[in-house]
Amino acid sequence: MTAAVKEPGAGGSKLNLLGFDRTEYKGKPSTLCSGCGHDSVASQIIAVAWELSLQPHRVIKTSGIGCSSKSPAYFLNRSHGFNSLHGRMPSLTTGAVLANKELLAIGVSGDGDTGSIGLGQYKHLLRRNVPMVYIIENNGVYGLTKGQFSATADEGQKLKYAGVNELPPIDLCLEAIASGCGFVARSFAGDAKQVRELLKAALSYKGGTAVLDIISPCITFNNHEESTKSYSYGKANEERLHDISFIEPQGEIVVDYEEGTAREVRMHDGSTIVLRKLSEDYNPQDRNAAISKLEESQANQEFITGLLYINEGRKRIHEALHIVDTPLAHLNEAQLRPPREALDKIMADMN
Amino acid sequence: MTVLDTRVGSQYDSSGHPEVVNDFSIVIATVNGSGSQTANNTIIRSIFKMGIPVNGKNIFPSNISGLPTWYTVRVSKDGYVARRQETEILVAFNVQTADADLQSLREGGACFYPDDYTFLNPRNDVVYYPLPVKQLVKESGADIKLKDYIANMVYVGGLAEILGIDLGKIKEALVKHFNGKAKPVELNYGVVSKAADYVRQNLPKKDIYKVAPLDLTNGKILIEGNTAAGLGALFGGVSLVSWYPITPSTSVVDTINEYLRELRTDPASGKLTCAVVQAEDEIAAIGMLVGAGWAGCRAMTATSGPGLSLMTEFAGLAYFAEVPLVIWDIMRMGPSTGLPTRTSQGDILTAYFLGHGDTRHVCLLPGNMQECFDFGITSLDLAEHLQTPVFVLSDLDFGMNLWMTEPFQYPEKPLDRGKVLSEDDLKRLGSFKRYADIEGDGVGWRTLPGNPHPMSAYFSRGTGHNAEAAYSERPDDWEENLHRLARKHDTARILVPKPVIQTRTGANIGVIAYGSSDPAVVEACDLLQTQGVSADYLRLRALPLEETTSKFIESHEIVFVVEMNYDGQMHKLLQIHSPEHAARLKSVAHCDGLPFTAQFITEKVMSNFQ
Repeated sequence: MTAAVKEPGAGGSKLNLLGFDRTEYKGKPSTLCSGCGHDSVASQIIAVAWELSLQPHRVIKTSGIGCSSKSPAYFLNRSHGFNSLHGRMPSLTTGAVLANKELLAIGVSGDGDTGSIGLGQYKHLLRRNVPMVYIIENNGVYGLTKGQFSATADEGQKLKYAGVNELPPIDLCLEAIASGCGFVARSFAGDAKQVRELLKAALSYKGGTAVLDIISPCITFNNHEESTKSYSYGKANEERLHDISFIEPQGEIVVDYEEGTAREVRMHDGSTIVLRKLSEDYNPQDRNAAISKLEESQANQEFITGLLYINEGRKRIHEALHIVDTPLAHLNEAQLRPPREALDKIMADMN
Repeated sequence: MTVLDTRVGSQYDSSGHPEVVNDFSIVIATVNGSGSQTANNTIIRSIFKMGIPVNGKNIFPSNISGLPTWYTVRVSKDGYVARRQETEILVAFNVQTADADLQSLREGGACFYPDDYTFLNPRNDVVYYPLPVKQLVKESGADIKLKDYIANMVYVGGLAEILGIDLGKIKEALVKHFNGKAKPVELNYGVVSKAADYVRQNLPKKDIYKVAPLDLTNGKILIEGNTAAGLGALFGGVSLVSWYPITPSTSVVDTINEYLRELRTDPASGKLTCAVVQAEDEIAAIGMLVGAGWAGCRAMTATSGPGLSLMTEFAGLAYFAEVPLVIWDIMRMGPSTGLPTRTSQGDILTAYFLGHGDTRHVCLLPGNMQECFDFGITSLDLAEHLQTPVFVLSDLDFGMNLWMTEPFQYPEKPLDRGKVLSEDDLKRLGSFKRYADIEGDGVGWRTLPGNPHPMSAYFSRGTGHNAEAAYSERPDDWEENLHRLARKHDTARILVPKPVIQTRTGANIGVIAYGSSDPAVVEACDLLQTQGVSADYLRLRALPLEETTSKFIESHEIVFVVEMNYDGQMHKLLQIHSPEHAARLKSVAHCDGLPFTAQFITEKVMSNFQ
């Protein structure tokens, strides 16, 4: 896919449909370790937001605590952001999205933030189907506290600080599907193209929460030879379920493929996800197949990536709560305060 | 009558004792889960409808059914609504506690009980009214499932006949209780009426207590504090409520849900202008408030002590990120189980300082039903004005019991949405610093997410930001921020509701109290007067403490601080507030799960003069 291009900006840079060049989507300089997977995710977010011509003021960036949660500061400077509490990004984002349904929330979390301290909030957010993109930058390790295992670390993994991990991992994609999430994908920070296409699909998804679990190597604490969350392991072992291309509503399908070699998933906003078959014909609209596939891959310690599950049919939280279409944050006094007669009536009924 | 004589022996002889009219207490002892609430509400409402000041308190266990419950009704021609230590009338309908309950009855009191019960230690200085409960229930023909409910109506009829409660008013109360549904009204009233008939024909009045119509409740209503709080929030324009069920706060949100459709449906779309989310726990509840408050909602929750503990980290974050939200804390005994259904004022220090780092929160202290309603509105206004969490500290006694009040007045002040910059404002101003103190009141201007102006966006976090909301670990940046937050707290000091002072000529002492201690303190001040001690009374309505209070302390040689907790939490805050007069402040703190009585306060104060 090529981005819609209007005219060259200052310095010859390309402009998107809004007339913004890419710098409008940048953030503060990263303070993460050089080579951190999270930085490559942040740069893909910038690229995709520019490419999709997202209005920066319509985006909110939220996070919990941890290395991953620092990253919202490193993209989309022109969007409001909130670096909240460890494991509590889901509830904070729920409140913000309820306050203003016109906001597009990008929540960034980590494997500790989501898989341990925030597992309850993660599952309840998915149960409520809060419209947002939920990115997990998953490296299997606690970086800021210098190298403890997280709950997504594979069994038998070794770390200098923590020794051998004796416990099985929690698969956050499996948890998402079990909780009724309608967009579940896994990718690898070292697979920039796939991350980008999945991000575009997730940002265009209108069915509720979109979960993107990105294996994002920790260059400092978990990138050694035997690690299953390292760059080298990812590059050698990533098994793509399909080649994924995202096509915007107004875009032409320029990805060429032979009849019967790809699946097309049309989304409610008119965009299309094209999934070109690889080793097997994987159907991401089959919930049971997705669960089986994830359980299989966990048992065999296989690293599968791609769009695992998609379903736009679930009710979102705004519908479940029957709230008005106008953002609650924009309601005026006349809409928020019932009239005098209403109080008089209640008082009279109590007499 | 022969039954009565053989079972309980000789009785109190009231001859020669004057009648006591409209001035006594009733204790109704039942088993919880037996549906006595309908009967008890009927009694209090019918007395209220006779124009007689009345208050009811439910002393209940944390249990669905099977444990003892006591409902106390105070009838007072003088308008006193505090709990009393003495009981004049006992309804002993719980066999587990009947004998112990009988011992608490004062001499000359009256005891109503089911006639198939035999007291182990009957007293001969009280009057007995045995009621044929089983027989009357049987005769009512009520469905077996309703048996327990109907049985309670027997004591309603018995009390009505002996005390002189107007049966017409009882019927009115039942109509109100059942929202006018004829069938349950007829069934219940039928039993009341039969029981009254039985008593009239078989049990002559031998005690001295009775009610007689007055005109002291005209135009007033009976309401629970949590109902008032929920209504206040709805009329205060709350637009997001997130909560986790916890006694005794649950009925705040129950009220919001009950009135939500009626009060907050957008006429054009038929949809709601307020989101109500039952969260998975109190952490998520306040988390949603922080997100919603940050994005422009008027957000609130209702909880109690244990929930407050779970909200600690987010309360601190909201304080330092400066996000408006409102927390109603309906205080109770804590922690864990045991006494969670008993009242307390034990969260003062916890709420005021909730969070880590140097947090001091605005706390409102409603002292009557009108204030439970008003502070539902004021709290939302103050939260947005000050961009900070605001706590409203009510308690179980206020929250879950029926209180008399004048009907609530419609709020005249427009909603205060605080300092929010629009896109046009930013165009006009040309610059924006989120945490800059432009007016010197410590409150910065904020933008809401979604504001299209390129300067609008800022990044929120807890600590480590400068005036531009940029990440900073510079010591001077953070210290400057703390200085500004201290200025903001001083601004709050001026804005919060001022204390209410009741003076007496020639007062020689001062009394300070707050919240649901008020009714007992008001009565205690009258009692003290009869004993030659004249007290000025200051009722606190908010934290932070302010100048009125320091002046009050300064102008009294001795000031008693009355509160329902063990450590004297407000007493300590007052000592910090007025250190030069700390020695004048005497703590009258008490914590046993029951509301104060005026007698207790009076004795405590008087013991200082003996």
